[in-house]
Amino acid sequence: MSEMIQTDSLRFSYPVDEGEKPVYALRGVDLTIEKGSFTVILGHNGSGKSTLAKTFNAVLLPAGGKVYVEGMDTLDQELLLEIRQRVGMVFQNPDNQIVANVVEEDVAFAPENLGVPTEEIRRRVDAALKAVGMEDFVTHAPHLLSGGQKQRIAIAGVIAMEPACIVLDESTAMLDPIGRREVLTTVHRLNREKGITVIMITHHMNEAEAADRVIVMSDGRVELDGTPAEVFKNVTRLRTMGLTVPDTVDLLDRLKRDGWDVPLDALSVEDCADAVCACLGKK
Amino acid sequence: MLKDITLGQYFPGDTPAHRLDPRTKILLVLLYIIALFCAKSLVSYGLLALTLALCVRISKVGLKSLVRGLKPVLFIIVFTGVLNLFFTPGDVYLLAWGPFRISDTGLRNAVYMVLRIMLLIMGTFLMTYTTSPISLTDGLERLLNGLKRFRFPVHELTMIMSIALRFIPTLIEETDKIMSAQKARGADFESGNLIEKAKAMIPILVPLFISAFRRADELATAMECRCYHGGEGRTKLHILQYQRRDYIALALGTLILGSVIFLHFRGL
Amino acid sequence: MTPILEIKNLTHTYSVGTPFQRSAVEDVSFAVEEGEFLGLIGHTGSGKSTLIQHLNGLLKPTSGQILLNGKDIWAEPKKIRDVRFQVGLVFQYPEYQLFEETVYKDIAYGPTNKGLTGDALDRCVREAARLVGVRDDQLNKSPFELSGGQKRRVALAGVLAMEPKVLVLDEPTAGLDPAGRENLMANIQNYHRNKGTTIILVSHSMDEIAQNVDRIVVLKSAHVLMSGTPRKVFAWAEELISAGLDVPRITQVAMALRRRGLDIDPAVYTADALEKQLLALREEGDRPC
Repeated sequence: MSEMIQTDSLRFSYPVDEGEKPVYALRGVDLTIEKGSFTVILGHNGSGKSTLAKTFNAVLLPAGGKVYVEGMDTLDQELLLEIRQRVGMVFQNPDNQIVANVVEEDVAFAPENLGVPTEEIRRRVDAALKAVGMEDFVTHAPHLLSGGQKQRIAIAGVIAMEPACIVLDESTAMLDPIGRREVLTTVHRLNREKGITVIMITHHMNEAEAADRVIVMSDGRVELDGTPAEVFKNVTRLRTMGLTVPDTVDLLDRLKRDGWDVPLDALSVEDCADAVCACLGKK
Repeated sequence: MLKDITLGQYFPGDTPAHRLDPRTKILLVLLYIIALFCAKSLVSYGLLALTLALCVRISKVGLKSLVRGLKPVLFIIVFTGVLNLFFTPGDVYLLAWGPFRISDTGLRNAVYMVLRIMLLIMGTFLMTYTTSPISLTDGLERLLNGLKRFRFPVHELTMIMSIALRFIPTLIEETDKIMSAQKARGADFESGNLIEKAKAMIPILVPLFISAFRRADELATAMECRCYHGGEGRTKLHILQYQRRDYIALALGTLILGSVIFLHFRGL
Repeated sequence: MTPILEIKNLTHTYSVGTPFQRSAVEDVSFAVEEGEFLGLIGHTGSGKSTLIQHLNGLLKPTSGQILLNGKDIWAEPKKIRDVRFQVGLVFQYPEYQLFEETVYKDIAYGPTNKGLTGDALDRCVREAARLVGVRDDQLNKSPFELSGGQKRRVALAGVLAMEPKVLVLDEPTAGLDPAGRENLMANIQNYHRNKGTTIILVSHSMDEIAQNVDRIVVLKSAHVLMSGTPRKVFAWAEELISAGLDVPRITQVAMALRRRGLDIDPAVYTADALEKQLLALREEGDRPC
């Protein structure tokens, strides 16, 4: 079994007043997220990307269709704790997900809830803090940390459940560039070294560049799905969906319109420069 | 300016006072308060003041920060003192000026009352200064554990307490921010009469409440995502265990209370 | 001509006389010309927030001066509120300061404090709403019914309605999606062009700065690290990077192309400009790298 999460014609609508027609935030999503993969979900506000993320650990339940976590149906109440322990969730505002006023106590919160024995909690807390590079802050007060550090504590709090998958729901949106980089490096390392499946919701295009897979949501549906290079090639389609493309792709797109023979999938600065050079040299 | 509030502040350290079990400290403060109310002579107050001074010395907190903690209640202290000073009837009047008369009992009562409040507050603050809020709530939860049998929601109560403590700094920071933002829109919090001043607070209170509710909502979801499902079956990272020092401290505390009670019955 | 705003040897020290004493801004001086669109960059902790709160007198300098039209804003401390109407400050995530029952009333809060009433007030509110793209039918709604992006616009309108001479924006697009960011910046650009208001934009996004401002001031650990036109500042890409700041992606590509031997102006920072340069290079012919 290599599927981490699977959705099957998933539909979802937020509650409306009586007599009104429900507005579907998700209108039939079929996705399979492989174990150990790094997936970025993009989309403008209201595209359904955050709603989708919240169905992955049963914070929201499908109104139609199914979501399976390692084969477990999220509609099954009995499996709720098991599912939440397998799929950890990190949210947008770091201040609103830290429970305790000492770092180690906060990281210990989830294992305490799961009834993990004391010595094992200690081990998990230390391991989780080490995994996010915050081992020097064990007894610090979270409110004195920077945004990026707080968010890493929140990630550690999730890692302490020893989940198979972490979902980051716009967890970088409120951070400055340094904090964003800290979080991004941390989750990439967790993915690489611990084989944790990462699903990252964001509207920062450049955070998608190093992912294995990019999914673009629009209007409650999956619009594009593929490797970053494959997805960002669709410059015009992305723009009509209210998204931008990385500046490198923008430049290549402009040159292509000017009649240059350049590929559109050279995302990184170096690849882009190589592509431009190659084209100039060919002439 | 809001950051000056010292209540619930914790000064980290590694002194014997810091190392004591939080339950011991809560019990000691209780013993101390009982002793304060039994004391009715300068000898007893002296003994209790000396005890506090010794504890302060051990804790290395510094008398200064402890005295600073008295500032918010200064008014109450002065008020109580003045009330007792002028309005206690007694046998001998030391001073009389119109309706204001100071009797010997009044003077004594005033001094004792002021001493009592000051020592009580300083003693309690010494505990919060040397105990992290989380271990304090932990200690409280363990002390009240027995009440669970009577369906008293001990876990829920201590959870509420620790979350409240966790969010105090966040909300203070937020209040500062909102105040600045409204000042930037020309808000005036200083001038006007009491009603105008109260009205001027609305632009601060409304956003603050809305944000507090939003935070509560998001925190609840985040807690559920981390498998929180009430106190049942929860384990702990830190398990409280009484050490030898705790027994010694409790014995000493009891001894002091005993002496004060003894003095009390000797009429001292 | 006197600059509209002048920061002179500004120092702000927190917690004076305690072990926590620390200067968030130290001996900072620069001037802002009337009608200028100035970008202020520097990472968290560089002193930006402390600096901008001095511009409208929310914070008082420990030493140094803020001159507005050549006059020290603290010359008459009792009149500091007047300064706040002239230097409008929009904080980060300003939607969290909304409090009134209707959008209209919320936008009217600032101008009412300023003393406006009747028609003059109505005109200010409606114009500010129009400038940021808040529709007339939204004016009577509760601000809390609006979407996040709309709330942000209402909050911005609340400051614009005071008709400030200088507008200071602290990360106005933080947390918005790409389309929202672009729209809001377009609104701000339009406002700047039509009204000629001086704007100081604080942003972490180098691309946003690159596309909008006339001049940049870079702060690093409480000091001004450099200042000048975007061309001049982004030409110092290496220094910016070592100060923990990003440079625009296009500047990075230009740098990479230079390393490959192409004759590219190191100061180019927009896709448009780089495209033009590359086209020109190709016109010149044989210049393979």
